[in-house]
Amino acid sequence: MKKLVILGAGTAGTMIANHLHKRLKHKDWEVTLLDPNPDHYYQPGFLFVPFGIYSIEDTKKPKQKFIPSGMQLVQKGVEAIEPDKNQLILEGGEKLSYDILIVATGSRIVPEETEGMKDRLWRKKIFDFYTPEGAVELYKALQNFEGGDLVIHLTEMPIKCPVAPLEFSFLADWYLTKKGLRNKTRITYVTPLSGAFTKPVTTKVLGEVFARKNIALEADFMVEHIDNEKQKLVSYDEREVPFDLLVTIPTNMGAKVIETSGFGDDLYFIPTDHGTLQSKVAENMFVIGDATNVPASKAGSVAHFEAEILIENILAYIDGKEFPEKFDGHANCFIESGFKKGFLIDFNYDHEPVPGKFPFAGIGPLSLLKESRLNHLGKMAFRWIYWNMLLKARKIPGVTARMKLSGKKFPK
Amino acid sequence: MATATLANKEVEVTEEGFLVNPDDWTEDIAKEIAKQEGIELTDRHWDVIRFMREDYKKNGTSATIRHITKHSDITTKELYQLFPKGPAKLAAKIAGVPKPVGCI
Ligand SMILES: Cc1cc2nc3c(=O)[nH]c(=O)nc-3n(C[C@H](O)[C@H](O)[C@H](O)COP(=O)(O)OP(=O)(O)OC[C@H]3O[C@@H](n4cnc5c(N)ncnc54)[C@H](O)[C@@H]3O)c2cc1C
Repeated sequence: MKKLVILGAGTAGTMIANHLHKRLKHKDWEVTLLDPNPDHYYQPGFLFVPFGIYSIEDTKKPKQKFIPSGMQLVQKGVEAIEPDKNQLILEGGEKLSYDILIVATGSRIVPEETEGMKDRLWRKKIFDFYTPEGAVELYKALQNFEGGDLVIHLTEMPIKCPVAPLEFSFLADWYLTKKGLRNKTRITYVTPLSGAFTKPVTTKVLGEVFARKNIALEADFMVEHIDNEKQKLVSYDEREVPFDLLVTIPTNMGAKVIETSGFGDDLYFIPTDHGTLQSKVAENMFVIGDATNVPASKAGSVAHFEAEILIENILAYIDGKEFPEKFDGHANCFIESGFKKGFLIDFNYDHEPVPGKFPFAGIGPLSLLKESRLNHLGKMAFRWIYWNMLLKARKIPGVTARMKLSGKKFPK
Repeated sequence: MATATLANKEVEVTEEGFLVNPDDWTEDIAKEIAKQEGIELTDRHWDVIRFMREDYKKNGTSATIRHITKHSDITTKELYQLFPKGPAKLAAKIAGVPKPVGCI
C-alpha cells in the first residue's frame, strides 16, 4: 500500500480528498488526512457574523462529515514536515511516513506582528473577523457601538480574501444606516495599498463606491504601531488615524508548521510552482489553497480551481507521466456591497477583473464588476454551494477551472 | 507598453513607468527616475537599490518591504524616509525591477 497524506482538512484539503476519492485507484493507495481541529468553518460566513446576519453556528459543520468513505481523518496536529525523510512529526512525537504529501494548511492571522495590536484594547476596541472568536466578539461590540470613528484596517498584503475588508466596510455602512447611527459615525478605510483594491479597473470602480457611501480612504498607510492610550493607528511616515472601534485584518502568515519546518518564504507560505502546484521543496510534495506562495488570491474559489488542476497532475505524477495541467491563477469572488447588492469579479494571473457577463458570455446571468441584486443573491447562495458542491468536488455548470476570456470587456 | 527616453536611452516602460526589461537599467536611469519622483539619491538609497537588483536576480521577484528588512540592515522606518509613501514600489521602480506583486 502506498501512502498519500493530506495535511490540513480545511477548504482545500477536503476538496482534493474528494477528487482523489473519485479518481484514485483505492486498492493501491491509502489516503490519510491530518487536522487537529474537528470543526469545518465556512469562513466567508465570518463576514456576516458581526452584523447578526449569520450566527457562528450557521458557519460550522463537523469536518468528518465531508471526508470521503475509505479515508481516515486523524485528529492530530503536525509539528514538522521532514521532506528529505518523507515523514511528518505529529504532536506527541509520533512519526508518519508518506509517498506523496499534499499540504493544505491555509493561512492564519498573526496580530503579534504589529506593536500594540494584541494589547490592552484587543477584543475591547480592536477586533478581527477572520477567526470565529473575533467575529463573535465584534458582533457584541457592534451591538454596543454608539457612533464615532469606525476604522477598517488592512495591515499588510497578502491576506486571504482581499475583498473581505471592503465588504465589511460596505456592510458597516448599511448596518449603521439601518440602526440610525450612520450620521454619527465616520467610516475610514485604511490600507497599505495605493487604492481600494490591488487591480486598477476594480480600484476605480470601488473608489466610486467609497465616495458614494461616504467612506474615507486612507491609502499608502503602513502601520508602525497602534497607540492604545490615544486610540490611534500610527504609520511609518507618522500619519495618525484615530478610532473608537478598530476592525483590523492582521498580518496573514502560513501555518506554524511551515515556519518550524524551515522551507517557507518570509511569511511562511510554501514556494510552489505557479502552474503545476508542485512544491519547490520536494518532488513528492504538492501544495493547494492559502498555503502556497502563488501570486493568486487566497480564496476558496481559487482552492476549488486549483483542486481541478491538481488532481490531474497528481494522477499523472503517480503514473510517472508529465504534468498535463497548468493553473492560470483563476479567482472568482463576490463582493457584497450592502443594501442587498453585490459585485462579482473574475480574474487570473494575467487578466485583471473587468466588466462583462458570467458564467455564460453575453447571457450571464451574473454581471461582472457591476453592482446588482443578483450578485448579492449569488453571494448568499454561496454557502449552500460551498457545503454541497465545492467541498464535494462537484462541478458548477459553466464554471471552468481556467478563466474564460469570452464574455469580458477588456480595456483597449 | 510604451517607450520612454531615460538618460538618453530609449527603453520600454509599463503604464506606471516601470522598466519592462530589468537589463535596460543603468545607474543614470535610476538617477533620472528618482529625480522624476522627487528623490535625491544618497548612499543609503543606493544600498536599497543594489539590494533590490541583486535580490531580483536571485529570486526572480521584486522584494517586499518585509523581505528587504528581513534580509538587510535597513528598517521599515528608514525605508519610508528614503522612499516615501510606497517604498517597495518606489524602490523597485528606481532599481528597474518589476512592480512588486505582493498585491493580489
Ligand atoms: C472573513 C473571510 C471571508 C472570506 N470570504 C471568501 C469569499 O467570499 N470567497 C472565497 O472564495 N473565499 C473567501 N474566504 C477565503 C477562504 O475561506 C479561504 O481561502 C479558504 O478557506 C482556504 O482554504 P485552505 O484549505 O487553504 O485553508 P483553511 O480552510 O483555512 O484550512 C487549513 C486547515 O489546515 C489545518 N492546519 C493548520 N496547521 C496544521 C497542522 N500543523 N497540522 C494539521 N493541520 C493543520 C487547519 O486546522 C485548517 O483546518 C474568506 C475568508 C475569510 C477569513
